[in-house]
Order: sequence, then C-alpha cells, then structure tokens
Amino acid sequence: MRRAAFAVGLFLALFLVLAFLTLPIVAIFVHTSPGDLISSLGEQDARDALWLSLKTSLAALAIIVIVGTPAAYLLATREFRGRSVVVTLIELPLVLPPAVAGIALLASFGPEGLFGSALDDAGIQLVLETAGVIVALTFVAAPFYLRQAQEAFAAVDRNLLDAARTLGASEARAFIRIAVPSAGQGIASGIALAWGRALGEFGATLMFAGSFPGITQTVPLAIFARFSDDFTAALALSGVLVIVSAALLLSVKVLGRSPILGGGAP
Amino acid sequence: MGPVESRAKRRLALLAVAAACLAGITGCGGGGDNSDQLVVSAAASLDTAFNDYVHAAGIDAKMSFAGSDELAAQIRQGVKPDVYAAANTSLPDQLHKEGLVGEPTVFATNTLVLAVPQDSQIDSLDDLTKPGTSIVMGDPTVPVGSYTREVLDHLPADQRKAIYDNVRSEEPDVSSISGKLTQGAADAGFVYITDVTASSGQLKAIQLPADLQPNVAYGAAVVTGAKNPDGARAFIEGLLSGDGATALKEAGFKPPPG
Repeated sequence: MRRAAFAVGLFLALFLVLAFLTLPIVAIFVHTSPGDLISSLGEQDARDALWLSLKTSLAALAIIVIVGTPAAYLLATREFRGRSVVVTLIELPLVLPPAVAGIALLASFGPEGLFGSALDDAGIQLVLETAGVIVALTFVAAPFYLRQAQEAFAAVDRNLLDAARTLGASEARAFIRIAVPSAGQGIASGIALAWGRALGEFGATLMFAGSFPGITQTVPLAIFARFSDDFTAALALSGVLVIVSAALLLSVKVLGRSPILGGGAP
Repeated sequence: MGPVESRAKRRLALLAVAAACLAGITGCGGGGDNSDQLVVSAAASLDTAFNDYVHAAGIDAKMSFAGSDELAAQIRQGVKPDVYAAANTSLPDQLHKEGLVGEPTVFATNTLVLAVPQDSQIDSLDDLTKPGTSIVMGDPTVPVGSYTREVLDHLPADQRKAIYDNVRSEEPDVSSISGKLTQGAADAGFVYITDVTASSGQLKAIQLPADLQPNVAYGAAVVTGAKNPDGARAFIEGLLSGDGATALKEAGFKPPPG
C-alpha cells in the first residue's frame, strides 16, 4: 500500500515536471500558426539574427570543444593538488546570473576593464562587435561542456587506455583513438548542452556586446526587441528558435549514439 | 509510525510548502500579505527619482524599471501593476484607449541630450559623423530611441546617414545606454539629462540645438484592475506636488507645462 503511494508520488512528480516544462513551449505554438513562423522568416532582420546566432554559437562551440576537450581529459585523468579548486572555478559561470557574467566580461575585457588597454593595443575590439558575442557565448556555455566531457572521460575504462599504452600507443594517441571515442556520448551531450545554452544566451550578450541587427543582435535579443511592439513576431521568432534548438540537440544526440563517435561501446 | 518516518514526513511537508511557495511566489512571506504595497512599473529613466520619492514619502512600493515599451507590452499581456509611468505620453494614451489604464496624467518633462564619457573630445552632433565613432541609442520602440530618431530625422541627409552608420548598438532602455557609456564601450549616446545627472560625474551632457529638441513628456496612469487604486492615485498626485515632485526636481526633471 505504502509502496503504491510512493509510486503514485513519483509519477505525480514527473507529471508536474513535464507539464511545467513543456506547457510554456506548447503555448508558443498554440499562439503561432505555421504561417506566422514562415512569415517571420521573411523578415531580413529575423534571418540576420538567426544566421548570426548560428555563426556565433558555432564559433563559440568550436573554441569550447578544441580547448575544452584536452582540459577536461586532464581534469578527469590526473590527480593533482588544487584539482577540486580548479573544477569549482571552472564550474562557477554555471551558477552566475547572465547579468553578472555581462558585468564581469566588461570588467575584464571591456575598454575600461583589466585587459582593456592590452586588447586595444593589440587592435582587438570586442564590445559592440560580433567577436564580443562569441566571447560572451563561450564564457557562459563552456562550463556545460567541460562538466559533461570531464564526467565522460572519468567513466572511460582505465584498462582500455592502459592496454593501448602497453601496445605501444603514445599518450596522445590513446587520448585521440581510445578516450575520445569511448567518451563520445558524454561529449556529444556536452556539446548539445553548451550549444543550447549559447543559442539562448541573452543578458551577457546584451551587456557586453550590445544589440545591433546583423552585428550583435542574436535571436534572443531580436525576440526581446520585438516583444514590446510586435508580440506575434516575437512569438514566431521564439518558435523558430525552439525548432532550431530542438533539431540541433536531437541531431547531436543521435550522432552521439552513432558508431562514428563510438557511441559509448568501444 | 517511527520517529524517523515522521521526521521524513515533516520534511516532505516542508518541501511541499516550499514548492507551493515557489509556484505562487507572492503567496508566501511578508510582501504578499501586505495589500497596501504599491506595484509601480516605470520607465528606466525614472529610477533615481522614484526611489528617492518612495524613500522620502515612506511608501511601501515594489518598483520595476524597464523600457516604457516593454512595461506596456507586459500590461497588454495581462500584468497588472498599480501605476504605469512612461517616458512619453503616447504609450499611456494608447493603453488608455485600449482600456488598460485610466486617464493618464503628464507629470514631468525631460531633455534629450548627447552624453559622452567625462574625458571625451566629442562636443557636438557634428563630431558623431566621424568614421569610427561608436554611438549607442535606444531601439526604435523605447521612447528614448524614438526621440533620438526624431532628432536625427531633422538633420541634413548626409549628416544623418553618417551618424546612423556609426550606431553600434540599439539598447532596450536608457540605463543600458548609460551603462555602455560609463564602461567606455561606446563613444557617445543619446540619453536624458537626468541620466547624466544620475551618473555622478562619469558622463557629461552635450545640449542639442534648441530647434531639434523633442518634446519629452512623462505620463502616468492608474492601471485598470489595480489591486491598490487609491495608493496608485495618491502616488501620481504626489508626483505633481509633494515628495514626488521634489524628487523629480532634484533628479533634474522639469515640471509639466502649464
């Protein structure tokens, strides 16, 4: 009897979670006809925003994966003093409100920031430029990837790596040929999470990079710009972002399970 | 049932209460029970003045500052503050026509200026045409953005084009423009004189030619269906004479015409 009540409780909790998380998304599509979705893409500014979002999020993702993968591997496979401090510091942006991230980026890479004059001397302009959007996205999305990749590498069977080395594979070769494919699924879900976060970034982008169509106005900023004068257009663009994000996440997940990336089974 | 179990149950009950609180954030704690609390949605440029006002008058108010256009959009979506105060008169008038707010009252006027960081070399609109000058302005739907476009549209075509070409960001509200300027992220921006006053010396104002100065008037209205309509009316009256008028004057606003 008590067990049944517990099971009912579990289902109820899952139902609440599901309803709360999906209803707002369903509402977007209740208010938006497929015609609205298509006509919202007829707008040059909307297409620019979508293109900019894809471009900047992919650039951020490339930086995150190229630098983050070896870093996550190191954190997952080596014990060293201060390792947990490093992990905590890396995860900190996960819990920072976007406004704090925006302020922090201004205080560090802004013209008046810590590295402002150094960047200026190097001829690098970030604020109010597309490059600034990429910096903001990288900052907020990287921890999502690092965390997942680190967990995935930690779960790789050490015997496999040892065996590879015994068979004469170099450390680097073992990393590329054994560790990365074995951790493929975790890496893929890290990519999906980081990409989703980057596509949705709003506050840090607005504060650090500004909002200008075609240069720094990503889809979330374009939605916000429409919110006040054209709610239907804002809804339609939101719907487009939902579809694009869902498609990206799904394809990354599917790819993660495919044999190309190892799919977890070595 | 054992003590452990009952403790677990109590903890569950606590969790349930916490979840219920989260579900209806205003339902728990001090704030929600207080029916006298006034909810004010106001233009970002009113931030300093309104905070000083409620402080001086001892009004218990929950204030949300954003672009007047966003706040209007929220009201259209069913959000019901008690007072809506905008940086123009057209948004309150529109909402009034739609039956969403009462008769608007014009309670202050302001002056649009060109703002630059204190150490800037820029000292006129002409300087904005130089290539490489980065300018930020309000987006077209927020009052400060539409006033700015009103000014620029009166300039000769080539000057107007050169200035628009230098615009690097269209911000959702005036505090976002000031922030970009005080952080040195942009060279110049169009804000109100009151925002320059509020920057405590970080920004300086360059007056616009008098014939270009737009008519910046602020309108406030009691929101239809407000929980505290009496408090809302008293709040708006206080803006015309009393603590509100004093706070507005100190922040650099001018009284309404007539």
